[in-house]
Amino acid sequence: MESLSNKKKVLEVKPLNFLERAYLPAIMGGLATTMKHFFKKPVTISYPEEKREFSENFRGMHSLKRDENGKERCTACGLCALSCPAEAITMTAAERQPGEEHLYREEKYAAVYEINMLRCIFCGLCEEACPKEAIYLDGDIVPADYLRKDFIYGKDKLVEAPLNQ
Amino acid sequence: METTDLIFRIILIVIIFAISLVVAMYSTYAERKVAAFFQDRIGPNRAGPWGILQPLADGGKMFLKEEIIPTNATPFLFIVGPSLAILTACIGSAVIPWGQKMIIGGHTFDLQVTDINVGVLYIFGVVSLGVYGVMIGGWASNNKYSLLGAIRAASQNISYEISMGLSIIALLMLTNTLSLREIAEQQHGWHWNVLRQPLGFVLFIVCAFAETNRTPFDLPECETELVGGYHTEYSSMKLGFYLFAEYINMFISSAVMATLYWGGYNYPGMDWVAAHTGPALGPLIGVGVFFLKIFLFIFFFMWVRWTIPRFRYDQLMDLGWKILIPLAIANIVLTGLVSTALTHFGF
Repeated sequence: MESLSNKKKVLEVKPLNFLERAYLPAIMGGLATTMKHFFKKPVTISYPEEKREFSENFRGMHSLKRDENGKERCTACGLCALSCPAEAITMTAAERQPGEEHLYREEKYAAVYEINMLRCIFCGLCEEACPKEAIYLDGDIVPADYLRKDFIYGKDKLVEAPLNQ
Repeated sequence: METTDLIFRIILIVIIFAISLVVAMYSTYAERKVAAFFQDRIGPNRAGPWGILQPLADGGKMFLKEEIIPTNATPFLFIVGPSLAILTACIGSAVIPWGQKMIIGGHTFDLQVTDINVGVLYIFGVVSLGVYGVMIGGWASNNKYSLLGAIRAASQNISYEISMGLSIIALLMLTNTLSLREIAEQQHGWHWNVLRQPLGFVLFIVCAFAETNRTPFDLPECETELVGGYHTEYSSMKLGFYLFAEYINMFISSAVMATLYWGGYNYPGMDWVAAHTGPALGPLIGVGVFFLKIFLFIFFFMWVRWTIPRFRYDQLMDLGWKILIPLAIANIVLTGLVSTALTHFGF
């Protein structure tokens, strides 16, 4: 039958000729191939000294952002926690008191904001769900630790550093 | 034997022993570097500049690791195995001519530990003793997998020794001597035996790969099929000795190949160089050339290792018995016919 794609190749199994059966020419070809690699530039990245750049859309550790005046953007609406398929995010909301206007952008803010890094699957849905552009997964790889409790990251680890420090 | 000669011999023995150990040590480093370059990597570069202290670090690790002798092993044989392996690897260097005779202050110094007239036979005898190290190691471990590995290794070594011996016979028919010194002298200048015995050389080098248990014939240490082969139960420096013996074997067989087929310390234009540098320095240049050839062969061993995949065991036996042995015999017949024709009809 005529092949539709016209890409079909019929494999012919021919008996090997003498040179092919003697192996040696094929071995020479192999040796030439490896020798070509001998003079290639190594692709190694010497890790602790050199680090490879992450790609643009790499999703690493979360960070809670501040606005241009250094106020926390998060309003503890809970949409990130709701969108999280792994249920890694929990938070407690609190009301902004007078005199705290320079700390929080809106009347409501997250008094406690915790992400369990052992549960997080770095899907980025929290990032997408956030209406205030407060959470981004733009950090580094989450570092290793010895105790499970140390993987629950609070605001101390998540919130961006203040603007003018 | 004069006293100076005796002292020179002893110094030479110590030097050659030290050189073969250092070469073996740095072969492990070279192997890792060469492997890295063939795979577009960098390789060890942390210990010292360019990682040249890596062999020392590896050696230190080997010595400090826990030494385990399995409960049901035979302790004496368990220790004898690796010792035999490294001993037989080392003593092969005794008959290799490292250079021409050196003349210093009227004294003639022979750059060879001993020039016995059965040098080739001696090498073959020593090489075949190497099987004992493997076999005893596998047997003494009292582990059926080690024993299987040892049997595989032994049968491979014995099979390939036959074709190795046959391939060398054709060469001996041309040289008419078993002394390695004379064979090297006959190849003075560029009259290298590889030009007269190309097929013999190919057979010999294939057998040398199998004898030194190098890829593609490294079946004695096939991790995937046999855990670790004959040295499964070995740890610390006793394992180190087995691995070390492999590298010394590689060095010695490279030296033998260079001597038998590639002219040893001979190189084109050596008479001119000797006339200009004197009877003491000239031979030393020859030694340098000889070592260059050895290192090229060692590099070739490594080059092949990262090119050709391992043979299956039945393929290995097929190659040894059904191809290499008939080819070696054909080579003998061919050599006999050609040399007879040359002498009788004077072509």
